[in-house]
Amino acid sequence: MSTSTSNSVAAASAAVSASRARRSVINKKLVLTLVAWTIALVMFFPIFWMILTSFKTEAEAIATPPSLFFTPSVEGYIEIQARADYFKYALNSVVISLGATLLALLIAIPSAYSMAFLPTKRTQGTLLWMLSTKMLPSVGVLLPVYLIFRDLGLLDSRTGLIIIYMLMNLPIVVWMLYTFFKDIPKDILEAGRMDGASTLQEIFHLLLPLTLPGIASTGLLCVILSWNEAFWSLNLTTSNAAPLTAYIASFSSPEGLFWAKLSAASTLAIAPILIFGWMTQKQMVRGLTFGAVK
Amino acid sequence: MRTRASGRTVGGLRTLSLQAPAVSLLLMWMLVPLVMTLWFSFQRYNLMMPSVSGFAGVDNYYYLLTDPSLWTAMGNTLLLVGWVLVATVVGGTLLAVLLQQEFFGRGVARLFVIAPFFIMPTVSALVWKNMMMHPVNGILAWVAGLFGLPAIDWFASLPLTSIVIIVTWQWLPFAVLILLTAIQSLDDDQVEAARMDGAGPVAIFFYITLPHLKRAISVVVMIEMIFLLTIFAEIFVTTSGGPGLASTNLAYLIYIRALLDFDVGGASAGGVIAIILANIVAFFLVRTVAKNLEN
Repeated sequence: MSTSTSNSVAAASAAVSASRARRSVINKKLVLTLVAWTIALVMFFPIFWMILTSFKTEAEAIATPPSLFFTPSVEGYIEIQARADYFKYALNSVVISLGATLLALLIAIPSAYSMAFLPTKRTQGTLLWMLSTKMLPSVGVLLPVYLIFRDLGLLDSRTGLIIIYMLMNLPIVVWMLYTFFKDIPKDILEAGRMDGASTLQEIFHLLLPLTLPGIASTGLLCVILSWNEAFWSLNLTTSNAAPLTAYIASFSSPEGLFWAKLSAASTLAIAPILIFGWMTQKQMVRGLTFGAVK
Repeated sequence: MRTRASGRTVGGLRTLSLQAPAVSLLLMWMLVPLVMTLWFSFQRYNLMMPSVSGFAGVDNYYYLLTDPSLWTAMGNTLLLVGWVLVATVVGGTLLAVLLQQEFFGRGVARLFVIAPFFIMPTVSALVWKNMMMHPVNGILAWVAGLFGLPAIDWFASLPLTSIVIIVTWQWLPFAVLILLTAIQSLDDDQVEAARMDGAGPVAIFFYITLPHLKRAISVVVMIEMIFLLTIFAEIFVTTSGGPGLASTNLAYLIYIRALLDFDVGGASAGGVIAIILANIVAFFLVRTVAKNLEN
């Protein structure tokens, strides 16, 4: 009798402490949710506000206190589309970023392959030198590049921007690919060579399938960087090859306080890459470590 | 012996042919403009005064190096890079730890946090300039008003700080992305063992999480450094380097010389100085980080 009582008391107190523990776990989770979401919303707020503003009228856009509830209108979108054809710029952005990314991968893969599998004394130095070329301010070499482009007829052409962006991203692409290739055991490639595979076959049939996730995330980063680059696109294009960065710039200065139209143009310019980035973020995260995660 | 030697040459040849495209392209990309810039930097070459030309000797360098604006711009460059690095690394580490915890809606919250990374620098600068930091109609002015505080005219009174804020907002997600990935590879057993030994969350953070993140943090520092040294669009859109030179960095100073003053010679001399500076930074930084990564 007494034992069963003490048992049940023990069981009850165990249940109480278990439920207390569970409650404290839930409390902790609630607090974490609150903190994390507050920060997430603060980080996202400028983007959210821009998208919201793009559906306002100009008067609502600059209202104080800020208007949160309003009748959405697409007036801003219609007006900016009448001024400049969004799709022309968007198409240029797509062609240029994809072109530059593919070209950079094509040139970087053999190079990264040789660095990873046939390293020499100079490999590390070459890699560092490549990265250091990225630290040069573009503006320092703008004039020579402009003159060369003018003489080659590359000004305001998609080809010209593809070349520039490929060069701009090449160091990062080589570096990232190198870190992925280095993780592949040499024996696998040795085996391929024993079976009589040439270097190209080795790369295409063994290395690329094995490192596809890494190559994908390298490519994704390269697309994003090319899409968002503003300096060269503003200085080397005027109309034919102008990508979305130039589209935005055309709305920025003379518009003054026309925030709704500016927001509409900005929303259109970032929407494709934001959606693309969100959709591929899992893939990208896996590779965005530059060899920092073992 | 012979086979080994020949094997080495074959390997060398293969290395050469495989690396040739990337290396030669980057060499051209670097050398051709560099040589042209060097050439211009010794010339009297102003687009507004085509009649004045010829060899200038080191005049361009002399004017530039004795011009206080160069040192202001260098100081601003270092301040900008330094503050953004500190803010993104500290903030990124804390956020990565936070976003690694279990909470409701974690996936969506992560998407929200990393979103600024995908936004064009021009767009984010425009949004911050107009809708956030505008002294009359901006959100920050409105928030300050709620607390009875005077609105701050951000770009007039705190130009460099404003740019640091905008750039930090853009690069914080990058740090979070990398550090979050790194944290996920942290060994749970190790953390559990430490907890058993009575280590609190703070001790675990400093003695286990932080050392584990060392490599990832050095990668963040290196990659960000590469991009931050040449920040341009954010300054161009918001302050245009002003007021005065308060938010002019080296890249922007060269831009002013080349495209606003049409002084090709002076701008080229500035370009050469920027290139030298970049190489000094690259030499020390990349070497340190690379050593860190090798271990």
